Amino acid sequence: MQATTSKVRSDASPLAGKRPKHAREELRGRIYIYFCVLLMIVTIFSIVYFIASRGLAPFFSGDVGIGDMLLGQTWRPEGAPAAFGAFPFLFGSFATSLLAAIISAPLGFCASIFMTEIMPKFGRTALQPAIELLAGIPSVVYGFVGLSVVVPFLRNNFPGQGIGILAGAIVLSIMILPTITTIATDSLRSLPHGLKEGSYALGATRWQTISRIVLPTTLPSLLTGVVLGIARAFGEALAVQMVIGNAPVIPHSLFESATTLTSVITLEMGNTTSGSLHNNALWSLALMLLIMTFLFVFVVRMLERRTKR
Amino acid sequence: MIEIENLELYYGSFQALRHVNLSVPERSVTAFIGPSGCGKSTLLRTLNRMNDAIAGVRIEGKVEIQGRNIYAQDMQIEELRKRVGMVFQQPNPFPKSIYDNVAYGPRLHGKTKKADLDALVEKSLRSASLWNEVKDVLKKSAMSLSGGQQQRLCIARALAVEPDVLLMDESTSALDPISTTKIEELTRELCKDYTIVMVTHNMHQAARISDRTVFFLNGEVVEAADTQALFSSPKDQRTEDYISGRFG
Repeated sequence: MQATTSKVRSDASPLAGKRPKHAREELRGRIYIYFCVLLMIVTIFSIVYFIASRGLAPFFSGDVGIGDMLLGQTWRPEGAPAAFGAFPFLFGSFATSLLAAIISAPLGFCASIFMTEIMPKFGRTALQPAIELLAGIPSVVYGFVGLSVVVPFLRNNFPGQGIGILAGAIVLSIMILPTITTIATDSLRSLPHGLKEGSYALGATRWQTISRIVLPTTLPSLLTGVVLGIARAFGEALAVQMVIGNAPVIPHSLFESATTLTSVITLEMGNTTSGSLHNNALWSLALMLLIMTFLFVFVVRMLERRTKR
Repeated sequence: MIEIENLELYYGSFQALRHVNLSVPERSVTAFIGPSGCGKSTLLRTLNRMNDAIAGVRIEGKVEIQGRNIYAQDMQIEELRKRVGMVFQQPNPFPKSIYDNVAYGPRLHGKTKKADLDALVEKSLRSASLWNEVKDVLKKSAMSLSGGQQQRLCIARALAVEPDVLLMDESTSALDPISTTKIEELTRELCKDYTIVMVTHNMHQAARISDRTVFFLNGEVVEAADTQALFSSPKDQRTEDYISGRFG
């Protein structure tokens, strides 16, 4: 038996002459790919390390307590005594992102159901490109539209000056609509055709099939889209900053000014000197953003695992 | 039971069924055989109007089930599919529990009382000879069952809406031989209470379990006869060629 195998191998010897060349090519490709992967990993780790080292500095130096920063409500970085309460920013970020998702998710789900179940042809040729186009519009344009359309509308129809949490959430909801819709559409399209047929064959109407089979089956993927949308909204700075009013307070209504983590960072970063306590406190806010991003990625992973099961 | 008269079916400009005249007797197994693309599946799917969803389909002629033209204006398609159940080629259980799979149809049609559903689920699973295997795991996901069990679950699911007709579209072709045998035995059992129309690629299967066999070629019915007669003394030369394995 041993002999036969070695015989087979020696029969293949005409190819053996070429092996070194293949091996060299293989090695070159492998080195290149490893290099790219290494570069990515190094980049990510240096960013995390940099943000963490700066962001944690205020806590280690003892100038600010972690609890004071997370729960404190006063942000007075240059005052005496200085105060670094970031709770209003956290609140603002969460409020705008979650509100945006609440507005956007039903719209996105309905749009994707329309595109896949009701009018697939029209959806594929007209609606989908339009929604994907939304994703390509620069955020400053969204902010500008928000400022000149959404804010006046809110000012004329509701109490307050128009700028505030709701204005930010509305602008964000339009920005994250493509994310939610695209992911929802993909998951609805990849639903096995047999499932829907099985439902129809039992005498289900289209609506019964959508509500009892299509939506429950794709729910984890739909939620993945929503979480990714929230993550995007959470990290968006410019468009929100233009319409939210940038007041470091916890608002009492949807129509009052507030601010977000990202707005504070972009507005104040230019006015601080590197290494100062104020500057480092802004890095702490960035660290919070980073941790939230990790959390969102973690949630998405969990949802994906549920989909596979 | 099922009377098909002068049925013509077009996919766009392609004519998939030509002048089909056929009658299917009650409480029996009728098998459609023929080479791929001969229209046998298409005809099966006209019986519960599953072709309606396909764009560009045009149907002429008459299909009567229990004396009612199912293509009449006032025919409710959901009502029709409640009376004409279907089992597909690939087992397609819903990603729900075994219980919810079987209860899906009855719930659609307004049965919500738990006691009624429980009884119906048990009865349907027993009829599909699956009850003994799953009675202790009814809450488990249907996806955890084997392929053959999934297919019997799909049969139970179809039976749960209490149809009169059961359509089986090559329902064993994705299964292993043992599961196939089980489904075949089950089919013989079920035809005491239901009218079964099946499409099969497997002539031997048709010979084994059907009472009547219909041979299709290029969208036409070549020959329809009692299974015994069709396989032992086919009247048409093309039927003889096909069943003796000269083509297809």
